[in-house]
Amino acid sequence: MLNYFSSDYFFSHILSYSIWVPVLAGIAVLFTANDNKPDTTRWVALIGGLAAFLVTIPLYTHFNFADGGFQFQEGFSWIPAFHINYHLGADGIAIPLIMLTSFTTVIVIISAWQVIEKRVAQYMASFLIMSGLMIGVFSALDAILYYVFWEAMLIPMFLVIGIWGGPNRVYATIKFFLYTLLGSLLMLVAFIYLYMNTNSFEIVDFYNYQMPLNVQILIFLAFFAAFAVKIPMWPVHTWLPDAHVEAPTGGSVVLAAIALKLGGYSFLRFAMPIAPDAAHYLSGFMIILSLIAIVYIALVALVQKDMKKLIAYSSISHMGFVTLGFFIFNNLGLEGAIVQMVSHGFISAAMFLCVGVLYDRVHSREIKSYGGVANTMPTFAAFAVLFAMANSGLPGTSGFVGEFMVILGAIQENFWYAFLASFTLIFGAAYTLWMVKRVFYGEIANAKVAALKDLNQREFLILAILAVMVLALGIYPQPLTDMTNASVTQLLSHLMQSKLPVGMPSGL
Amino acid sequence: MENISYDLITALPEIVIVCMAMFILLTDLFLKPANRIAIYLLAQVTLLVAAYITFTTHVPSVSYAFTNTFVDDAMADVLKLMIYLGTSLIFIYSRQYLQQRDMFRGEFYALTLFSVVGMMIMVSGQSMLTLYIGLELLSLSLYALVALDRDNAKATEAAMKYFVLGALASGMLLYGMSMIYGMTGSLNIAEISNALIGANQLHSVLILGLVFIVSGLAFKLGAVPFQMWVPDVYEGSPTAMTMLISSVPKLAAFAFVIRLLVQALPSLAIDWQQMLVFMAVLSIIIGNVTAIAQTNLKRMLAYSTISHVGFMMYGLMSASTNGFVYAMFYIVSYVLMTLAGFGMILLLSRKGFEADKIEDLKGLNQRSPWHAFLMLIVMFSMAGIPPTLGFYAKFTVLQAALQAGYLWLVVFAVLMAVIGAFYYLRIIKMMYFDDPVDHNPIAAPIDMRIVLGINSMALLIIGLMPEKLMELCIYAITRSLS
Repeated sequence: MLNYFSSDYFFSHILSYSIWVPVLAGIAVLFTANDNKPDTTRWVALIGGLAAFLVTIPLYTHFNFADGGFQFQEGFSWIPAFHINYHLGADGIAIPLIMLTSFTTVIVIISAWQVIEKRVAQYMASFLIMSGLMIGVFSALDAILYYVFWEAMLIPMFLVIGIWGGPNRVYATIKFFLYTLLGSLLMLVAFIYLYMNTNSFEIVDFYNYQMPLNVQILIFLAFFAAFAVKIPMWPVHTWLPDAHVEAPTGGSVVLAAIALKLGGYSFLRFAMPIAPDAAHYLSGFMIILSLIAIVYIALVALVQKDMKKLIAYSSISHMGFVTLGFFIFNNLGLEGAIVQMVSHGFISAAMFLCVGVLYDRVHSREIKSYGGVANTMPTFAAFAVLFAMANSGLPGTSGFVGEFMVILGAIQENFWYAFLASFTLIFGAAYTLWMVKRVFYGEIANAKVAALKDLNQREFLILAILAVMVLALGIYPQPLTDMTNASVTQLLSHLMQSKLPVGMPSGL
Repeated sequence: MENISYDLITALPEIVIVCMAMFILLTDLFLKPANRIAIYLLAQVTLLVAAYITFTTHVPSVSYAFTNTFVDDAMADVLKLMIYLGTSLIFIYSRQYLQQRDMFRGEFYALTLFSVVGMMIMVSGQSMLTLYIGLELLSLSLYALVALDRDNAKATEAAMKYFVLGALASGMLLYGMSMIYGMTGSLNIAEISNALIGANQLHSVLILGLVFIVSGLAFKLGAVPFQMWVPDVYEGSPTAMTMLISSVPKLAAFAFVIRLLVQALPSLAIDWQQMLVFMAVLSIIIGNVTAIAQTNLKRMLAYSTISHVGFMMYGLMSASTNGFVYAMFYIVSYVLMTLAGFGMILLLSRKGFEADKIEDLKGLNQRSPWHAFLMLIVMFSMAGIPPTLGFYAKFTVLQAALQAGYLWLVVFAVLMAVIGAFYYLRIIKMMYFDDPVDHNPIAAPIDMRIVLGINSMALLIIGLMPEKLMELCIYAITRSLS
């Protein structure tokens, strides 16, 4: 007798709940659509978002820290004709990102409270549904299930940027969609190719399938097309500044905090373990791209006049650390990259929310529209400076931990990698603190700044929560590293085994 | 020895529809314009009865009738049921449109039913002659339907163009059939197939005949380089007729291709495969690239049809049972998407106003979020984005092509799909990101709204659970081709 409400059922289907609670909440929110009474919609959305966050908590409390494999597995045969399964499961790498997703969604809902006034229900529903779909990406163990979530997630994001975005939103959102679609379709071809040879879409079967190097390289490049766009890596990053500048605050937060991590996570889940020899073979190439992103994009960030654009470039530069950490193939680098992903999720979300706070009051994102904000908004300035410090990697904040681990890992591999990567610590501090100086310090620049009111309770709440997270992760990152440790070790040992078939001629 | 009553029972659905079409034509003479709704109901009942007969007399085995010129197999029955369903949806969607434009007459229903019979004969043809008769019955009915609005110069021009080019294509097809007949001495599909086993397959007359046959088929499907008629006819015809031309006849054309190329000429597979590869690739390029420049929604959907036909051919050109199954799945999905898309244009049209320009969709989300959402599903499905039906349609045909070894053609198709996504996204942009220009309330009969809602949501629901539809296609093809 199957009881859907029993706790046994719940605990064996936590991932399904994590995906479908926010999706259903989003659909429920759509039914409350009434622009004359937006408060009902907002409360329904908040309750839905909180419920969705609460159901992901057992993923941490019931996690087996010693097990590096997939936990909380569940599934059934979805489309038997193609051996496609609804198969979910998460390891220590996925679970922090899943919890980050449901956490960020709550923040986004609160941050939109008074800001979004037109079509509130559609806005809230988009974020809730998107949250469920992104958790689906992180927890799918079947390639097609993964692909469906991955692509479906584009639809709400496309609408969010296009409906609530800035003046050039249509260009930005179509560019975002087409860039991502191009990469993903090449990935789909790779999936079909693997299916033809393994007769399964299970990721684990892909892991065990041996391929000659030239096939692995093609497969790896197909995945690279999908994930490099999403992360984004130089030189396919150009959609991100456009999308960030035009997106509403919530859209920027989700893009920076989670959507970019989908790409990083997918490298670990697909590209590297499926084609490990190609990953080693191309690691030099990947490291060079990462270093270009870290150094060159940091320089680009330095000259930005628009605050959102500056943070967007800073995101690309920080994600460069993530890919660098992946492709130096050691424990420290990989774990650092994962910590960096989570930490960047908090910091970039906070930075975009700070810009949102200013934009809601002055309606400008230009740095030169501000000056001396600290005089009129002292509490806000304190938060903003904290997040800026975290962004530049100050010890004691989460931004330091990940970058430091990656740099330590890089030194083991090659001194010059580490040397170049540490450069960003200088550049990062330069562009972030220079922005802080121009926006917050100095004389009050104009009448608009003089009229600014400090944070309201709602804004204070979300920034305070994020500040606590940034500091907590910076001072005591161990709960996170404990969680990822076993999975990272297992992944690395898999990556170190060659998957080249023995005694088989190479060739397509 | 077959007896005549057996023949008649095998073809009973066709006979019922022909009789009813003539009955409708006669009844129409005695009905006052106000009572014409009876004609509409009669036509719907006819389809229902035919569906009942087809469904209840269905057996999984293959049976032949009329001295082996007519076949009733699983593929025929499945496709016929799809044709009834599609036609019934066309009747529902077009009723108000026709009423407002003074075309709500018996002729529309009688001609449409005749075209349905034409399609059914194409689906069930076992001899080249039957196939050809079916095709002509379908084509002639469609020419007349396009010209039904006599005083509309654009529609008349479209009908003329359609007729002249269509006749040319029929001529080519017939010429090709005559060459095959000359070489094999038979019109029967199975006999042709047997006669060609072990024959010298490089015989130039056979190849020449095949070229003519494939050209004729490509014209009917609207594949490049025989696509010139498609945009003009789509744009010029009244929208209800465009919906008919663009949807269900493609099911019949698919069956036609299966009967002629796969069942009759399997020994020439290497040759027609090459032709299909060429046409598929060109159709996908021309369809997707040209669609970007269109401002007329019907014209844009015409180019979109061309690219969909190209994708469908990716399934056919792999020349494997799987490939045919996926091509059938693709064409069925295509018909469902097209019906929903045109249904939406008809829903937004009203007396004196055709919602056939892309701008007419502006701000639909503010006028009616529900209908904008339905159109969103249709557009994402056409673009092949999961979790919609269109994704599985593309996924499966690409898989078949990859299995047949066309790796780079698949990569190419995928790149073209990205270009294709652009113009579907543009429609969504109009609906969601722009402010409405047109503030008239949407007035449509309740039955149309409900059915259109089900039709569009089906794209999402079948997209989530494509298993049943896929099983149906597997059943139809494997039972018929074994």
